[in-house]
Amino acid sequence: MSSRNQILRPRATAILAASWALLVAATAAAAALTSAPAPDFTLHSVAGSNLRLQEQRGQVVMLNFWASWCGPCRQEMPQLDRLYEKYHAAGFQLLGVNVDEDVRNATGVSSKLGLHFPVLLDTEKKVSRLYDLSTMPSTVLIDRDGRVRYIHRGYKDGYERRYDEQIRELLRE
Amino acid sequence: MAVTRGRREAPAFGRSALARLRGIVSRCIRTLAGARVQPADGARLAGLLGGVLAAASADSAELPEDRADTMFHLYDGGGVTALGPAVLIRKSLFDRVSLSGSYYVDMVSNASIDVVTTASPYHETRTESTLGLDYVYHDSLISLSGTHSKEPDYSADSASVDVTTDVFSGMTTVSVGYTRGWDTVGKHGSSLSAPANHWQYRLGVTQVLTPRWLMSLNLESVSDDGYLQSPYRVARVFGAAIPERDPTTRTGRAALLRVAGDIGSRSAVRVQYRYFWDTWGIGAHTTELGYSKYLGDRWLLDGHVRYHTQDHALFYSDNFTSQMTYMSRNRQLSSFWDAGPGVKATYSAGRVWSRFDLKVTTAYEWLRFQYRDFTDIRTGQLYSFNANVLELFVSATY
Amino acid sequence: MNVERIIAGGLMAAALLLAGCSIQPWVKPYERERLADPMMKFSRDPLADKHREHIFDVREAAHGATGVQGGGCGCN
Repeated sequence: MSSRNQILRPRATAILAASWALLVAATAAAAALTSAPAPDFTLHSVAGSNLRLQEQRGQVVMLNFWASWCGPCRQEMPQLDRLYEKYHAAGFQLLGVNVDEDVRNATGVSSKLGLHFPVLLDTEKKVSRLYDLSTMPSTVLIDRDGRVRYIHRGYKDGYERRYDEQIRELLRE
Repeated sequence: MAVTRGRREAPAFGRSALARLRGIVSRCIRTLAGARVQPADGARLAGLLGGVLAAASADSAELPEDRADTMFHLYDGGGVTALGPAVLIRKSLFDRVSLSGSYYVDMVSNASIDVVTTASPYHETRTESTLGLDYVYHDSLISLSGTHSKEPDYSADSASVDVTTDVFSGMTTVSVGYTRGWDTVGKHGSSLSAPANHWQYRLGVTQVLTPRWLMSLNLESVSDDGYLQSPYRVARVFGAAIPERDPTTRTGRAALLRVAGDIGSRSAVRVQYRYFWDTWGIGAHTTELGYSKYLGDRWLLDGHVRYHTQDHALFYSDNFTSQMTYMSRNRQLSSFWDAGPGVKATYSAGRVWSRFDLKVTTAYEWLRFQYRDFTDIRTGQLYSFNANVLELFVSATY
Repeated sequence: MNVERIIAGGLMAAALLLAGCSIQPWVKPYERERLADPMMKFSRDPLADKHREHIFDVREAAHGATGVQGGGCGCN
């Protein structure tokens, strides 16, 4: 058994490594497209009113897709709230898009975290599908002309610093 | 209301299968033809963006959540009572690393059939400590751990490494693992100190099937070498007792298949089946069926039924009729079945001291063991017994 | 030896297929609400599971393949 394993290990590892390298290279080569117009949508907000993305034209908009059952999302939102308070007066709009099936979870988490930015309800997942989200959370930065400029997948400690820099950059334009 | 909810909750499988197929075919053609896509509208662009985002990987592994558990455990059956406390603490640092430690105490009062028919009942305490480190690296979670288990006549140390990777946008989780164990077997009132070595290799794949169903397949190979028998246990030859003799090597393999699904009304089911086979000629089937349900805002109830059956080892016999190289009367290696139901109730007490989410759980299991080729020499009948298992614990997540 | 070649070849083919044809994951990250529920975890309480595993390990000949978790939220 041991001699068979010794022969298997270097050959199999080489083939496996080659396969992974190919997969990574193929996916990395497809660079993300930027400067494309952000798909428009209208959603009901937690506050009760309807909000349309097109109406935010002229402001820098950040869309944050989140859910109550997503741990990193709940970690990220207080940071986003801080950014909202900091840059809102300068023309920055932050829209939280919640995908919970039960709206009460969205309102519950939103009030528990004391969020100041509008939270929109995407229970039918229409907007999530429109933006073809690949991770939860997903954060999309849209410039004053309504074009998608940056997309962040997931959330890790420290991401908010990158958001800060990018918001400032887009506000300056 | 009910009708629209039902329609929304229908699995995406059927109606989007055609769309998926169309997507796959068009993407294949586009990629292979090396075409550059000029999106005409936002939706098509979003589709392409999404496709790209889905394929490219991000830091997508998550650390296990912080928690602290305190448990009281009890096993009572077949003349053995084992109870004690156990604690587990896990804390993450810098969002990258999670440290964990656990301490487990087992106070055993052993008056089992093996003990009372060959010696006298005894009390013994076993303690087990574990330290673990979990680290996130891109899409993978790397877990290292070490365990030390000690009782008066047996000590066991082990070290493990497990790598768990999320692939295919988190729909598939692949994990590989390795454990190396070193045991030292001793005997009361003797200078015996024999080593036993263990090697475990694990491979597991979990696949998300639908938004409500997932399944997993786990394979493990365990190899043992050294002193694998008990220095106290005897085998029977023509009714006379002689010290048992087990082989000094053993390789066993196990394959476990599990399926879990959310069946609506805040409830879920799970089914699992494991087949085990080894070089000692044992074949074992273990199956478990479980059901979970939320009740109200605070209660989570679980019920399960478990059944296990196995064949005896090649060198096992209740009463040998000739001398063999290897002979054992270890009922763990005999042919028997055991089965029983279990229930568990978890109460969510809510937030305490504005930091900890507290849960209190009680779990009870009843087991019946029925041997097919191991007799109770006190009665001459095939041996059987019932057992009660109890776990009471408090978990805090923070 | 043959089996290993087949497995390695299969993995290579799968990698090429995935790279070239981009099979899309059919459960989107925003559709994982049910899977993220603690009820859908195979192992919810590590200490209790350790206790049960020990009870059976000591009395049954079968051991191993107790499983490592996947599924869940799939976040990040």
